[in-house]
Amino acid sequence: MDYVLLTEQVLNGFQLGIILFLMAAGLTLVFGIMDLVNLAHGSMFMIGAFVGGTFALLTGSFVLGVILMVPAMLVIGVVVEMTTLRTLYPRDHLDQVLATFGLILFFNEAVRLIWGPEGLVVPLPDYLDGIVSLGFGITYPVYRIVIIVIGLLVAFGLYLLVGKTRIGMLIRAGASNRTMAGALGVNIPKLFSIVFGIGAVLAGLAGLIITPITQAAIGMGEDVLILAFVVIVIGGIGSIRGAFIASIVTGLIDTLGRSFLDVLLLLFLPANAAESAGPAVSSMLIYILMAAILFFRPQGLFPPKGAQ
Amino acid sequence: MLKKIVGSAALLTLLASPAAADKVKIGFVTTLTTPVAVIGKDMRDAVDLAVEHIGGKMANLDVEIIYADDEFNSQKGKQATERLVLSDNVDIVAGYIWSNVLLASAPVVLNEGKILISANAGPSPLAGAQCNQNFFNIAWQNDQTPMALGELLNQEGVESLYLVAPNYAAGQNMVAGVERTFKGKIVGKDMTVWPSQRDWSAELSKVKAAKPEGVFTFYPGPAGPAFIKQYQQAGLAGTVPLYSVYTLDSISLPLFQKANMETVLGTKMTQFWAPDLDNPANKKFVADFRAKYGRYPSFYAAQSYDSIMYIKSAIEAVNGDVLNTAGMRAALKKADFPSVRGKFTMGNNHFPIQNFYERTVVKDADGNWTTAGGRVVLKDHQDPYASQCKMP
Repeated sequence: MDYVLLTEQVLNGFQLGIILFLMAAGLTLVFGIMDLVNLAHGSMFMIGAFVGGTFALLTGSFVLGVILMVPAMLVIGVVVEMTTLRTLYPRDHLDQVLATFGLILFFNEAVRLIWGPEGLVVPLPDYLDGIVSLGFGITYPVYRIVIIVIGLLVAFGLYLLVGKTRIGMLIRAGASNRTMAGALGVNIPKLFSIVFGIGAVLAGLAGLIITPITQAAIGMGEDVLILAFVVIVIGGIGSIRGAFIASIVTGLIDTLGRSFLDVLLLLFLPANAAESAGPAVSSMLIYILMAAILFFRPQGLFPPKGAQ
Repeated sequence: MLKKIVGSAALLTLLASPAAADKVKIGFVTTLTTPVAVIGKDMRDAVDLAVEHIGGKMANLDVEIIYADDEFNSQKGKQATERLVLSDNVDIVAGYIWSNVLLASAPVVLNEGKILISANAGPSPLAGAQCNQNFFNIAWQNDQTPMALGELLNQEGVESLYLVAPNYAAGQNMVAGVERTFKGKIVGKDMTVWPSQRDWSAELSKVKAAKPEGVFTFYPGPAGPAFIKQYQQAGLAGTVPLYSVYTLDSISLPLFQKANMETVLGTKMTQFWAPDLDNPANKKFVADFRAKYGRYPSFYAAQSYDSIMYIKSAIEAVNGDVLNTAGMRAALKKADFPSVRGKFTMGNNHFPIQNFYERTVVKDADGNWTTAGGRVVLKDHQDPYASQCKMP
């Protein structure tokens, strides 16, 4: 293990954490404020990838694809909220799980009908496709650095939106105590539509910016969704700050586990056992962390102030 | 009373229908939904083309193909097979992409005493201890292609290799196959979570640090292009040659071409067949497939096309008497039909003994990206499990 590899793996972990954060930010708001278990959040990830990817291919510019994706996802998110989810708020969580699972099936089939089963490949412009030297013999793909930068900018933007604006104040009020916020005259249905729209845009952005790396495929959001749920449980449901820190921690643990655990296991296990136990144990690490946090601090690391 | 008469009449027609052997019914199981349905579509297109080529007839009987979807799931595949055998009453069952689906479904067909032909999956149990007189494989045994790849690496003088493959049955088989024949040093091996892991940043950083002379990979379906793309983005494409099996095919290459990823050109693999193999059957198949569907056929398509021609040779050997299983079996053992891979023989375990070729990703005369066959890497190769097969 040398410092070049270690630095690269830390950057890889950061990049994974950023994607998780974009997913978890929307999920934690929807769950925390609207008290809605939204399994279809993964579908927003997928739709963002396909819709944005199509814009990018049509305009011939990836950046333009990202810009056009934002209003498109906002519209899709608000329409989904107004047509389907609105009826689910008074129902219990099991009904919400069933209904949003139905949405997953619906969106997967819709994507298959529109784009076909083979998915979508979105190319990067040349200036994003290369590798860059960071000094000390470390080279790293330019695009992954771009992802990290975009994620940090979005995190900062969300911090300003939630912390410094009126709408952010309403969101915080909703996350702390929904009933009280409603009683004080906050237009809850409108707030919910906006929150869900923002969540859809963030998930769509995550799906779109990871597409040049993983490609767009039907059902691509479901695996990320599971990790995002882990993140919001660790970070505290309803807390953007918690989601950010938990995302980075989860990304780092997952990546560093995958890269160094087998080496570590070699110290006290025979080669064969270490080889097969390495991937198995490293994929368990984040769930072990989640279990530990649920045990010692069930409300998560950074629950919103005053949350019940 | 009337009810009884109508009922028994209906029962009689039910009983009568199997005897009316005025057509050949073939059940074809593949994946027609889920993201991997692109493979199933390619197979179905090839079967349709084969039926068209034989004028819809085998031994002057009409051919009816019943497609069934396994939904990329072994239990669903088994249920689909049960419907074909027990309810649709097909004469022969063919198809199967996935080894686990085939292993779950094979007993359904074989217990009914019917003939089963795998058009892709070649799991080791069915080639070895669990071989069956009514089971035939028209593709290959899982270990063969990676064994050929290991040999190719030896021939190319590659001395150190890094392996990255998915951590499930076929991925482990592929890695084991390469390790069986590769003589150099294995400097690293990562088995990744399947099918969920789509970002290989951690593994690729390790490859970079290990500085091998070659990298071997196996990612079937849509994961393959994603892996290769990240390989390029990590800056490895120009420096460490990538070798693969079942990862680059005519399904993924048009995607690369659309994205203009030139680094894929020149990538090497091994395969039992290539679209430019020089024999009359293959020329006709590839030309007509391209004319009809506007793309190159994949190896899945080649195997599916072969499976129909293979069944035809058996039906004609018994003059259309589909109930003569022993006669059809004898004909299938001979493998006497114009295969798109050229002449080959059937082994004692009913898996092909055949050549494996080097294949390289190239641009054809029209600028389309495809693969071209090269030298023979393994000649008349039989899988390593054949000796464990005790056929009655």
